[in-house]
Amino acid sequence: MHATDGSTGGQTVGDTRTIVAQGLTKSYGSVRALDGLDLVVERGTVMGLLGPNGAGKTTAVRVLTTLLTPDAGSATVGGLDVVRDARRLRSTIGVSGQYAAVDEHLTGFENLDMVGRLYHLGARRSRERAWQLLERFDLTEAARRPVRGYSGGMRRRLDLAGALVAEPEVLFLDEPTTGLDPRSRLGMWEVISELVSGGTTLLLTTQYLEEADRLADRIAVIDHGRVIAEGTSDELKATVGGERVEIAVASPHDLPRARDALAPLAAGELTTQEHTRTVTAPVNGGAAALIGALRALDDAGIEVLDAGIRRPTLDDVFLSLTGRQAQEQTAPQEESA
Amino acid sequence: MNRPGQALADGWTIARRNLIRIKRVPDLLVGSIVSPIMFVLLFAFVFGGSISLPGAPEVDPALYRQFLIAGIFAQTMIFGATITGSGMAQDLKTGIIDRFRSLPMAPSAVLVGRTTADVVNNVLTVFIMSLTGLAVGWRITSSVAEAVLGYGLLLFFAYCISWLMAYVGLLVRTPEVFNNASFIVIFPLTFIANTFVPSENLPGPLRAFAEWNPVSSVTQAARELFGNIIPGTPPPTAWPLQNPVLYTLVWGVLLLVIFVPLTVRQYQRAAAR
Repeated sequence: MHATDGSTGGQTVGDTRTIVAQGLTKSYGSVRALDGLDLVVERGTVMGLLGPNGAGKTTAVRVLTTLLTPDAGSATVGGLDVVRDARRLRSTIGVSGQYAAVDEHLTGFENLDMVGRLYHLGARRSRERAWQLLERFDLTEAARRPVRGYSGGMRRRLDLAGALVAEPEVLFLDEPTTGLDPRSRLGMWEVISELVSGGTTLLLTTQYLEEADRLADRIAVIDHGRVIAEGTSDELKATVGGERVEIAVASPHDLPRARDALAPLAAGELTTQEHTRTVTAPVNGGAAALIGALRALDDAGIEVLDAGIRRPTLDDVFLSLTGRQAQEQTAPQEESA
Repeated sequence: MNRPGQALADGWTIARRNLIRIKRVPDLLVGSIVSPIMFVLLFAFVFGGSISLPGAPEVDPALYRQFLIAGIFAQTMIFGATITGSGMAQDLKTGIIDRFRSLPMAPSAVLVGRTTADVVNNVLTVFIMSLTGLAVGWRITSSVAEAVLGYGLLLFFAYCISWLMAYVGLLVRTPEVFNNASFIVIFPLTFIANTFVPSENLPGPLRAFAEWNPVSSVTQAARELFGNIIPGTPPPTAWPLQNPVLYTLVWGVLLLVIFVPLTVRQYQRAAAR
């Protein structure tokens, strides 16, 4: 079903771009969920779409999987246009969403069997495929029980299995681990990495930097409905410079003074986090910079609880790009300076 | 397989899913049976003793029960049709519609499958209701063919109402809101009719409403086809009740013509949010 002739959707022979989105725009009333989103995903690679809640990640996935029609712009997946060739496109992709879209009252087997039939695999092939996937996702024992009694992790695995029924060439996973406990999250990561080692093209959205870091070949940082940076994890980290010196002070009242003391040593903008009583400063010069920082704080008479030096994380990337933290903070508000 | 054949196969796949749900969640079926049984008992033994029927010389509870059952059938069928609407709203809420929409299936299949499964639900309900009727003394006195036609007409009318309910369910999107909204419509529709009280007993404007209400015509048709018209009843004066089968069929076809396309469109729109 993979169309490679130019007539079906603008993809030419030899084009290795599986997903191509150009200037996608989608508004809900006055809210611009997508504001000119451009994205290219090469065949057989994993693209992580990283952004905070409300950045437009889910909207982007819904447009690319034909669930939503964009207001403007265009997109093709495997050479098929998401609007014009919607129906044909649907038989070549698999989608697994943020909310496990499985039927509570059906058993695990019945859910997958139904999806197989709706992919038009036929009765026999649908049954076979359902059992294969149940085994692969460690759900054989639960296969004949209604999904209502499944754990959150089991539901997600079943939903992911549903996306794989027709052995799609392109897979879309919208926040596959949001709301899962750490153990289930690790299990899900293993399943996904195993999956993509088989050569499936994957577009994955996440608000967890660690998840993007671990699973994605390339990362597109999305904010306010557009891609604001794109590259490999290392490339993105390189854009925010060298190491970080992180100092935790004993008293929150010392934070402003610690900041002032460290400012002359910093190679870029400092950030303070009140709830962790931490000042972070980008520096050059490795361990020497740390010693310098400690000396400066000692001279200022500030009591230091903890000090360290680390490589930049995607968190730093996100912070420097948007001025905000990527992950939602439920605890005390963070202050970026 | 060609397009229409494929659409039917998809519809059947979804219908099977909904039938499994009826089996697994019997509460729904029980819920749609218990209240009509209560209505039968209530009207047969509490109100029935004081409702007079035109044509009957005096108030006669046994005679009233012959009159009552077709009305209860009609009411039950329409209550059964509301399951379609709350089911659609429920599916929208849980996200399973997103899964369906991402599959290369016919857009009509989710609705065709749902309404088809609800016919099965209604068949089960009307079967239980018939047993209840027989238990309180109701009898079919017509031919088998007429009786089959009577049941067929009730189920057909319920099927048409199902599409209307599916539309409303997709419009309001939450099962709770749907249940409240549908009751506001269903209660006057099934009570301002000849279901429990002969329309002749109603005051002017209500009588006119009852006579043109399709719930009355489907009830009247069922009464005629089951042979439940009380001997001596004066023939109806309103045209819909003189031609109840035809009038019911016209309403049914009209509902389908309007609400099948409207509901399919609303489904695509509701899911694309």
